[in-house]
Amino acid sequence: MSTTPTIVSHEVDIRSHDADGTPRHMGFFTDTSICIGCKACEVACKEWNMVPEDGLVFSGDSYDNTGAVGCNSWRHVAFIEQTKPVRMADPQGGGDLRWLMASDVCKHCSNAACLDVCPTGALTRTEFGTVVVQSDVCNGCGYCVPACPFGVLDRREEDGRVWKCTLCYDRLKDDMEPACAQACPTKSIQYGRIDDLLRIAAERVETLQARGETQARLYGADRDDGVGGMNAFFLLLDDPEVYGLPPDPVVTTRDLRRSYGAAALAALGMFATVAGAAVRGRRR
Amino acid sequence: MTSDIGEPVPGAEAQQPQRPRRRRGGRGEISMVPEMTPTSYYGRAVLKQPVWTPEIGVYFFVGGLTGASTLLAAAARSEGNDALADRALFTALAGVTVSPLLLIKDLGRPERFYNMLRVFKVTSPMSLGTWLLNGAGVSTGVAAGCRVLGILPRIQRLAELSAALLGPGVSTYTAVLVSNTAVPVWHEARYELPFVFAGSSLASAGAMGILLTPPRHAATARTLAVAGVVGELVATQVMERRLGDAGEPYHSGRPARFARLARGLNAGGAAAVALGGRRRRALSALGAAAILAGSMCERWAVFTAGPESAADPRFTVGPQRERLREQRRRTHALD
Repeated sequence: MSTTPTIVSHEVDIRSHDADGTPRHMGFFTDTSICIGCKACEVACKEWNMVPEDGLVFSGDSYDNTGAVGCNSWRHVAFIEQTKPVRMADPQGGGDLRWLMASDVCKHCSNAACLDVCPTGALTRTEFGTVVVQSDVCNGCGYCVPACPFGVLDRREEDGRVWKCTLCYDRLKDDMEPACAQACPTKSIQYGRIDDLLRIAAERVETLQARGETQARLYGADRDDGVGGMNAFFLLLDDPEVYGLPPDPVVTTRDLRRSYGAAALAALGMFATVAGAAVRGRRR
Repeated sequence: MTSDIGEPVPGAEAQQPQRPRRRRGGRGEISMVPEMTPTSYYGRAVLKQPVWTPEIGVYFFVGGLTGASTLLAAAARSEGNDALADRALFTALAGVTVSPLLLIKDLGRPERFYNMLRVFKVTSPMSLGTWLLNGAGVSTGVAAGCRVLGILPRIQRLAELSAALLGPGVSTYTAVLVSNTAVPVWHEARYELPFVFAGSSLASAGAMGILLTPPRHAATARTLAVAGVVGELVATQVMERRLGDAGEPYHSGRPARFARLARGLNAGGAAAVALGGRRRRALSALGAAAILAGSMCERWAVFTAGPESAADPRFTVGPQRERLREQRRRTHALD
């Protein structure tokens, strides 16, 4: 990879099916280094998916009045103002303020906690490898809400059910790209086949590193991370927690087997205690 | 921001929630590195707070009492203590009747509760618990029905045993349920919480037995109440020790008040039951009431600690950062 100033170096295949109709694993690569904070993704998502209003408030947190991804905001653009020299090659030499912008979204984890804990089967894995809540099945038990290590899912108060990004499942079925990706004017949000996106992301991070942006790193691209890799992964310019992302997320069900073991032991203890109490009671 | 850069970062560190950090178990050593406050995005939570309504906190208690009562009923029956066995059985019956109502009331779409009954999924303790509660409910219902009508004594006995087999599962699955989340104060206590709930359940079942049964038939219940409290107190201590900094909700704020109250009520109640014994009926009854209240307070402490833990990004980011640092240290050591 040369250090040409091209930002998007590849055309990505956005067709979600092969020629014979076989569905492919699709996802997002959100390259935050070229996000301009326009929030077109937020708007396009709301429009297409008919996501309700999420409170009209001024947060005072830079240009961010959305706050976080939740049931009524499936894309969220974070704004971080830092007094840090801009290290990227810049004819003016860079300023003393660095402004990070990043569009967050559901990660569509390979090992999704929400999917594991859902007791109704409302949460399902689609043929595209994405994770979707079936709103006609969800009974609003709320288990997925604290199970998600990214705090993506939430329950709509007035509706009672849980809502989140579907990666535009309806559009994918017709080989269309998700609304946010299509609306993104800088291709900060790239949509495509996971394999293609991983390759592009690896090249992009190499380019940035070569240009001196040593803090550039991928988040969620590692298929061996705590959630088995994210189908929506990111290129970040700082630690994940700066963007409000957990630095080392783990799918909670990884430890479930041993939790059940502890409960089984506790249950045995209950049997033993009651038996002991009964024996003692009989002797009296 | 890792503070090795050393520059103030407006909008990130400036918005840190400033709470006193507690240091427990320290032996007065002086740290050579400044304590790092984990970075966050404007102090916002990484996780979403659980949306469960108070009914769930109450269910932790009712479910625990129910499960342990099925056990007590079967044990008392086998020692020939029908007086205690019947009261425990009907306590369990009341429990399995109230429990589904509490659980359904919490749902965002209560009319769709039956969607839980279309799935059996071991990766979801809620699904497993639904079936445990169902099984214990049907068994308890059959046993109580036979007992009231005075028919089919063998079926009654079998139903009682089957309820007792499922009972401990009903008492402890809720601990697995909450610890199977990303909420640090719950998840990091995943090996201790089932024991806290088991002890608390036994204590409450014993206490209920004391309150309902004539003292001369309540020896087993008294032993169970005291043993349960001891188990609960020990397990809670072990849990808080294990949690370390992540256990802060149990040491400050609302959950801490309930945790303290639970400790006092349980310890005092158990002492009163032990002293009161069979003779001083009022003292025993007072102790039993205190234990019931203590058991409820303990569940309430656990229930309310979750949202506090989820709301503060420090609890989420700090341990994860530490884990990564530890991994890096280990990889470097291998190089």
